Amino acid sequence: MIPAQVLEQWLIARLSGDAAAWLKNGAQRLRGGGTDKDLYMSVSLVPRKIGKADLELNAAELGQATSARPGWDPREWSLDQAARVLLLLASESDGATFSRRLDQLCATADVGELVAFYRGLPLYPDPTRHVLRAAEGVRTNMKAVFQAVAHRNPYPFEQLAEPAWNQMVLKALFIGATLDPIIGLDRRANPALARMLCDYAHERWAAGRPVSPELWRCVGPHARGEMLADLGRVLEKGTAPERAAAALALSSSPDPAASGLLWTYPELSVAVSEKKLSWQAIANPA
Amino acid sequence: MRFIDPHIHMSARTTDDYERMAAAGIVAIVEPAFWLGQPRTQVGSYIDYMSSLVGWERFRAAQFGIRHYCTIGLNSKEANNEALAEQVLEVLPRYLMKEGVVAVGEIGYDDQTPVEDKFYRAQLALAKEFDMLVQVHTPHRDKKSGTTRSMDVAIEMGIDPERLVIDHNNEETVQEVLDRGFWAAFTIYPHTKMGNERMVEIARKYGSDHIFIDSSADWGVSDPLAVPKTARLMLERGIAAKDVNLICYGNALKAFGQSGQMKEEHWLDPAPIDQRVLFEGNSVLRGQVPRVGEPPAVPQHSDATVFK
Repeated sequence: MIPAQVLEQWLIARLSGDAAAWLKNGAQRLRGGGTDKDLYMSVSLVPRKIGKADLELNAAELGQATSARPGWDPREWSLDQAARVLLLLASESDGATFSRRLDQLCATADVGELVAFYRGLPLYPDPTRHVLRAAEGVRTNMKAVFQAVAHRNPYPFEQLAEPAWNQMVLKALFIGATLDPIIGLDRRANPALARMLCDYAHERWAAGRPVSPELWRCVGPHARGEMLADLGRVLEKGTAPERAAAALALSSSPDPAASGLLWTYPELSVAVSEKKLSWQAIANPA
Repeated sequence: MRFIDPHIHMSARTTDDYERMAAAGIVAIVEPAFWLGQPRTQVGSYIDYMSSLVGWERFRAAQFGIRHYCTIGLNSKEANNEALAEQVLEVLPRYLMKEGVVAVGEIGYDDQTPVEDKFYRAQLALAKEFDMLVQVHTPHRDKKSGTTRSMDVAIEMGIDPERLVIDHNNEETVQEVLDRGFWAAFTIYPHTKMGNERMVEIARKYGSDHIFIDSSADWGVSDPLAVPKTARLMLERGIAAKDVNLICYGNALKAFGQSGQMKEEHWLDPAPIDQRVLFEGNSVLRGQVPRVGEPPAVPQHSDATVFK
């Protein structure tokens, strides 16, 4: 099944008769070549017609998502978001029309709509067309909108060039969004990002402000020289989660000096080798 | 005591205002679409403005634990640029069904020109088509006859008075508005329109049925705490707490709640998904207790940064 089919199936299974009929009719009209106005009106009406409850997909359904579109992770989607993306996909004609309509929709969107449109990015036709749209979503100051692009969304990993990717990671830290739900975070670690993050940590230290322990996750694989000194400082002076993060970061560095440094802290070193520390636990403290 | 300010232009206000409003017990606000102090020249400016009402401003308010609703419409002053107004009328339907839009507003008359009349009627028709409430701005000049005319036209267009709010009332207009079954809102402005002492007397004389107050605070001299301050004065002057509650909270909720977009549970007990997307403040039930009748606290840093 393609994503539009699984979305429709999940929604119909969860909606009352009236709401399901409204959605089916709306999608059908758009498939038959609906006008811009048909699309804009039906997308606006979604929460009034079908509500905003969580979609709450089960494991089998999450499996369907991955088969329909590798990397797609809709576990946090709600009914209105799924329905809005479904309607957008139903209206698909060609890439150019689709992007024009998406731009129009975003220009007049409310917060809930923006979250839905950005969560849908990995499902849209002609993926390379939406790079600027994704970058726009990353520039927002509305955390929920930013997270719609950055969290559990394979689109940035697949499409953003390195500078835009690095800005996204840095911005997540700026606005207090966690890094762990960013798909491809480890695979896209790069030396430029590691340097930017260390500079950022220094700024925060200078201002006497806390540094997110997650920051070190993207530093580790490229840590050498001065960056190792930064990690050493965290090991020496940091809080427990910060020290755990520094230890994990050192264990991911290819530099032999990193393992040397880690070994000077036997307890942490053992905790790493026994896999007692994880980035997931650091991102989601109890 | 909790308060609703059902007419305030937060886009023109600062975060200090939001902090003080939340501290004073304001839990929800309605931001009517209006003008920016000077006329817009492009339809694109309206689009960006209305998008900010359903987007950024809604988010900004939520960060301070205040629920933000808005009304969408073409204001009467700018209706006088007919060519532009036609284009604005065309984009309004794109916004009327957005989340948190509680009415078509603020619409009505300013100079009471024929063009203003044309777009007032066109927007009343839109309200009927979309089954929406209406929020009417009454003119500052020639107020009494302008208010009467606003109601006449609404009735002529088939609007149910129960679904229309007449705003910026005064002692001269209130009786007729109530007699005809509309909602009567009063704007408490520090130096103009209604002062809060006058409002106390209106409450004494007309009671609390179909009456509520707002600040209409904007980029001009105005007070975003007008609702809680007037509530305090009403309590001090012996108006019953039950009536103060209706005038400063309950009636605005009842009027705009008819839209289905504004519900008490939004601030008393926000749904988890909504809190995740939007609402950063504590729900009232889970913590924050507004101070009854006390002067609103002013955050210390505002003194430090503004005056030193």
